[in-house]
Amino acid sequence: MDPALVVEQTLNGFQLGVMLFLMAAGLTLVFGIMDLINLAHGSLYMVGAYLTATFAQAFDSFLLGLLLALPAAALVGVIVEVTALRTLYRRAHLDQVLATFGLILFFNELVRMIWGPVPIRLDPPDFLAGQVEVLPGIPYSAFRLAIIVVGIAVAIGLWALIARTRLGMRIRAGASNRPMATALGVDIARLFTVVFALGAALAALAGGMAGAVLSVEVGMGEQILLLTFVVIVIGGIGSVRGAFFGALLVGLVDTYGRAFLPDLLRLVLEPAVADGVGASLASMAIYLVMALVLVVRPRGLFPAHG
Amino acid sequence: MDEAATRRRRRLIYGGLVGFLLVLPLLAEAAGQGFYISFATRVLILALAASSLNLILGYGGLVSFGHAAYVGIGGYVVGIAFVHAGDGTPILGLLPGGTDALVLLAAAMAVSGLVAAVIGAICLRTRGVAFIMITLAFAQMLFFFLVSLRRYNGEDGIAVWQRSTLPGPLDLNEPVQFYYLVLGLLLALLYGLNRLVASRFGRALRAARDNEGRAQALGFSTFRYQLTAFVLAGAVAGLAGALLVNATGFVAPSYLHWTRSGDLIVMVVLGGMGTIAGPTLGAAALMGMEEFLPELIDALHDGAGDYWKIVLGPLLIVIVLFARRGLAGVIEAAAGAGALRLPRLIPRRPGQPPRRRRTRR
Repeated sequence: MDPALVVEQTLNGFQLGVMLFLMAAGLTLVFGIMDLINLAHGSLYMVGAYLTATFAQAFDSFLLGLLLALPAAALVGVIVEVTALRTLYRRAHLDQVLATFGLILFFNELVRMIWGPVPIRLDPPDFLAGQVEVLPGIPYSAFRLAIIVVGIAVAIGLWALIARTRLGMRIRAGASNRPMATALGVDIARLFTVVFALGAALAALAGGMAGAVLSVEVGMGEQILLLTFVVIVIGGIGSVRGAFFGALLVGLVDTYGRAFLPDLLRLVLEPAVADGVGASLASMAIYLVMALVLVVRPRGLFPAHG
Repeated sequence: MDEAATRRRRRLIYGGLVGFLLVLPLLAEAAGQGFYISFATRVLILALAASSLNLILGYGGLVSFGHAAYVGIGGYVVGIAFVHAGDGTPILGLLPGGTDALVLLAAAMAVSGLVAAVIGAICLRTRGVAFIMITLAFAQMLFFFLVSLRRYNGEDGIAVWQRSTLPGPLDLNEPVQFYYLVLGLLLALLYGLNRLVASRFGRALRAARDNEGRAQALGFSTFRYQLTAFVLAGAVAGLAGALLVNATGFVAPSYLHWTRSGDLIVMVVLGGMGTIAGPTLGAAALMGMEEFLPELIDALHDGAGDYWKIVLGPLLIVIVLFARRGLAGVIEAAAGAGALRLPRLIPRRPGQPPRRRRTRR
């Protein structure tokens, strides 16, 4: 196998992985603290991408657009949390699924009304538009590399936030025992609004960056949301560490599967058959990994609470 | 209000609804609106699918977010058999293709049931949110699997331009005959479901829903009951899928799209979870809205009908928050079975904490 291709695909896998981590971190925290399943997390990703595109166009700068989109998306998150989700915490999960499913329909139509059905182009900033040589003789997209760096930086920042700050202590307390944390004076409702806003900003960060790699369109949030669910289930629901490793695993498995499975199968099968089977297997690979993890460890690789 | 009067009124309402369904083709033809026969057929087919979901969701308490997968698989059984009947090649080099409805409907149920058995056995290792996400993920996996099948046109799916054949003078191309076939199947299913949930099996399933630990302590292998229900529901959904392909003339991965699974859950909840008639009422209500709400909105504000889902979304939230007994609950209230209250699967006794399905600890 061509080493350049392997390096490139590995980096692609990491890039998808950190993207998934940005989504999964917010979703898993929201679940860990409030026991809330939020399907509309993908909508925040989509809204983040549209806001980034709009601001980037208005100020003619991708970076400024992204920076403005983060607080704006956090604000949208707060509005959603205060108006709709707050009433759902004490409800059964089915209610949460249905109500947030309703939110997805609402957001998709709202975005379609405001920005229209045609996908929007979002260009990466000029200084990241080209390629850099990651290893001698192996060029790689500078923007994708920047995404990986941002993702890892956010992961470290989140770890520091949760493990080293007072807010993080409250978050951990809320996740491990909500009534006790309340009794000890933590305002759980406000804490959750903060966490939700943080999750929304992370989703918007992922959405804004993804928008420049793919395109900004209605329904983009659901695609990544479903992958994020796989990540969370593999990592262990409620665990940020699980979200990180689950995301990298899913990113790598998915990318490697698509890149190498058909070629590998060609070694043992006829080319036409190998391509067909390879494509099918590659599209199912992450779900098979998930099934395997569940059989071995039904609570995920890093169960949040003992 | 006394019990007997309530029962009489309830019987009158549901009898009236069934009577309406029985004469609907005649009414539609008399009004020269043949479209409504095929529309009603599709509603009843989705009612079949939603009713099958209700067995695990309403009576089993298992929030499966991937039920459309079994509908889609049932549909693909018909589609794939049709393709191979057309070019004369065997399926997977083994089975001949075909268009015989009796064989295909049975095969659709068998294949969907089998897939449900495998997926169910894995998913039922988890509970709560993980169960929701995993059923969703597996449905998504099947979706992408079907997209990757180039032999069956991937994402575009299969145009099944010939309806499955029935023996004798029966003909699915006749809209009225097709309608009555579906109606007969739905009524038979609802009758069977009614018997099933009252049986020992149904009681054990409901007991597992209400308190799994206690049911296990009583000696019930809840896993086995839940898996059986999961497989049954999958098989009936497969039947619905096979019928749906005949109604729409095509099958594609979009049948398995996760929003379709969401639609099925909405139908069940809108109509009334854990009630026999609920899913049918919900299917009629949701599809009715889908059909007529855009026109209605257009009438109010020209051109806005396109965005009807912006109304549906918040409507769903309101229904979830305030009317959990669904349309079946409205009918109960009309029959005088007590005021419309917020529903509770288990009556909350004083001193008990609010009931929630725990997922952790």
